[in-house]
Amino acid sequence: MTVPTTNTIGPKAEPGARENPFSGSGQEPLQTRIKQLAKSIPGPVIGLIVICIAMSLLSPYFLTPNNLINVLSQVSYIGMMAVGAALVIILGGIDLSVGSTMALSFMATAFLYKEVGLPFLLAMICGLILGAFIGLVNGLLVTFGHVQPFIATLATMFAGAGLALYITNGNPVIGFPEWFLGLSRFRLMGIPLQVYLMLLVFILAALWLRYRPSGRQLYAIGGNEEVARLSGIGVRLAQTRVYVIAGFLAALAGLAVGARLDSAQPTAGSASDLLSVIAAVVIGGASLSGGVGSMFSTFIGLLIIGVLNNGLTLLNVSPNLQPVVIGVVIVLAVISDRGSLPLKRT
Amino acid sequence: MSILSTGPDSLNRGPLTEDIKALKGIGLTKQYGGNTVLHGVDITLKAGTVLGFIGENGAGKSTLSSILAGIKTPDAGEMWLDGAPYAPNGPASALNSGVAIIHQEIKMVPRLSVAENMFLGRWPKRRGRVDTASMAEQAEAALAVLGARIDPRRAVAGLSMAAQQEIEIAKAILRDPSYVIFDEPSASLGQEETEKVLDQIRILRDRGAGVIYISHRLDEISAIADEILCLRDGRRAMAWETGSVGKDDMIRAMVGREFVYAHQAPQPAEEDVVLEVKNLTRHGVFRDVSFSVRRGEILGMSGLVGAGRTEVVRTLAGADRADAGTVTVEGRAVAIRNVSSAIREGIFMVPEDRKGQGLNLGRSGGENMVLPWEKTLTASGFVTNRTVKRVEREQAVELDIRGNLNIPVLFLSGGNQQKVLLAKWLVRKPKVLILDEPTRGVDVGAKAAIYEIVRKLAAAGVAIIVVSSELEEVLGLSHRVLVMAGGRQRGILTRDEALPDRVMELSVP
Repeated sequence: MTVPTTNTIGPKAEPGARENPFSGSGQEPLQTRIKQLAKSIPGPVIGLIVICIAMSLLSPYFLTPNNLINVLSQVSYIGMMAVGAALVIILGGIDLSVGSTMALSFMATAFLYKEVGLPFLLAMICGLILGAFIGLVNGLLVTFGHVQPFIATLATMFAGAGLALYITNGNPVIGFPEWFLGLSRFRLMGIPLQVYLMLLVFILAALWLRYRPSGRQLYAIGGNEEVARLSGIGVRLAQTRVYVIAGFLAALAGLAVGARLDSAQPTAGSASDLLSVIAAVVIGGASLSGGVGSMFSTFIGLLIIGVLNNGLTLLNVSPNLQPVVIGVVIVLAVISDRGSLPLKRT
Repeated sequence: MSILSTGPDSLNRGPLTEDIKALKGIGLTKQYGGNTVLHGVDITLKAGTVLGFIGENGAGKSTLSSILAGIKTPDAGEMWLDGAPYAPNGPASALNSGVAIIHQEIKMVPRLSVAENMFLGRWPKRRGRVDTASMAEQAEAALAVLGARIDPRRAVAGLSMAAQQEIEIAKAILRDPSYVIFDEPSASLGQEETEKVLDQIRILRDRGAGVIYISHRLDEISAIADEILCLRDGRRAMAWETGSVGKDDMIRAMVGREFVYAHQAPQPAEEDVVLEVKNLTRHGVFRDVSFSVRRGEILGMSGLVGAGRTEVVRTLAGADRADAGTVTVEGRAVAIRNVSSAIREGIFMVPEDRKGQGLNLGRSGGENMVLPWEKTLTASGFVTNRTVKRVEREQAVELDIRGNLNIPVLFLSGGNQQKVLLAKWLVRKPKVLILDEPTRGVDVGAKAAIYEIVRKLAAAGVAIIVVSSELEEVLGLSHRVLVMAGGRQRGILTRDEALPDRVMELSVP
């Protein structure tokens, strides 16, 4: 009646063996090993390679050094903004105002130079400070105002865009100092200065994210804000700082564009630029819920955008269709990235 | 003998067992990747009985329950429900067949009403509109069966865990299930609320349902079970056809070796006071809490869920701000404004919710451990992978953490997760270490290990505060016990004074 019934009682499993439900055991056939290796190459890199191959087959002009340098040059300003946007997204927020901050800060620079008569270098510095200031406003709205980042930066985006138009009544400003325009024409080993600037920004951000506590904190806060707070991390300070950086980088991007075009456009940083920035970050694999992402993957996403836009132009596709293609690529990128870490345990 | 019965030994192998209605699983096997978590397990749940289901974390209890409830499909084996083949292709299909499961972590939509949550996905309609009146009526009836006093029309937001549990049970009752599985229902409940849940389970059983009760709390199993099944490493280890089984026998079956789960007397504490708290108050939460803790002393904090213990320790740890009162560390008055100022004073807290507040589930063990310390880990201020790995290795050895620390902690067992969380707060030596429910959802083996760690820390001079809803745990570990009820301090008892009835007496508001 009370006789206990037993089946086989096996030996206790080795420690660690049952911890990871997804680890295989011992020797794996070559086929699975190749598959595992393939899985470890990030999807976006494969995507980039595929697109490059496709473009080089479709157009003879694509793979020329001149064209490739062109691609990098054209996306430099997007890249600078994308670094800022990626930092904010890793933190768990979002910054929709990068485009309008780019326009507004350079408009302010142009205005101070042309109308107020400040020396251009000083006007440039003021523009950069303005960008950082807009970032500060975003940061304070999110941390102390408790406004959701989407709404806060949406508001600054509209306000910023409006102010940019207001400063010169919607008129572009032209005629900047020769040394400034020369900066964008200057080439080192055939590559323009702004590309180096963009790469420098990427590298500094990547190093910061990996090796400095204040950078690493972004992942912690993005992953779980409460855990970060209970670990003694100054969450509000870190959040505000990141928005300021994003604003500053947007202003920097504005300088890059202004130097290239020799004009300050009040409608710069429009919706399609914002789309490219966010697309670069998302295609690169960052998660909009925060805690995931890297500068390398954002760079790959940026290259994908650049190559697509460039390739489609070479193929004479209407510029109106280019955002459509980008949209499709974003969806494909997110869907194919499902193999990554599931955030909820099943 | 029916031609359907198979197997040489047990009469229970066939789908039709005598004339008793039952939910049976035969030879259930489940694999994840290359890892087999269930090896051909048989289980029989008879109608009108409560089957206590025990086993260490990772033994396969959750997986087996998921299979029975249709959430997962077995890789091999078959199931029978009241004599008919049972192969649900999803939880809805299982519910329709009469098998319900009540999860450990209850998720409800806070802004919807109780009734709406209970009917989620199948709101009754009348003439094209949602019939709120009928919904509320049925919800009320189900809640009444349980003796729960909750207004079905109110929003779920703001209800306690215990109330949410009652709603969840009522929700299951609405579907009139023949078999109900309870997955660690008392994990986040205090003594009194757990009693209520046990009563409700008895009601279900008396109405003819078969109930599986999964729990780590062995006295609850003894209290409620008519039969007990123990799993170990994905296999049946032991089964009893009675609920009165000695704790030692249960533990031996779970762990597979002779295991002494005895609380040793803690080392005597030293004389100097490390922490002194006077009249600590947070308006509307707790009032006038005063106590002191000495070097090497373990102060237990006991009380029902909602008594305010967690709130008090959170305030000490800087997670919340006090409205009044003083805190003195080693004789010096300190102002604790936020977590980093508490850390600077040497007050560290291990929070009660290790998944939501303690660990970053997507990051590895090492990365979690270094999180509060990154600024001071190296002289240069740069944090490298090598530094993180070094800390990880040191702590893994120190606390005997098994399990891969290179993968996200999400994949570790509850016991190892808790050890990683402890390790995080032991990278630097605390003056005061606060542990909030340190062994919740942790299996017997890891529990004992954690108690050892706590005792070693006390012996090394750390002042320790342990908040726990498990009376035995508190009594076994502590030198003195502070009892709270309804946000007020009811008394501080010495070990000899802290008998279970005395503590319970003080805990009831």
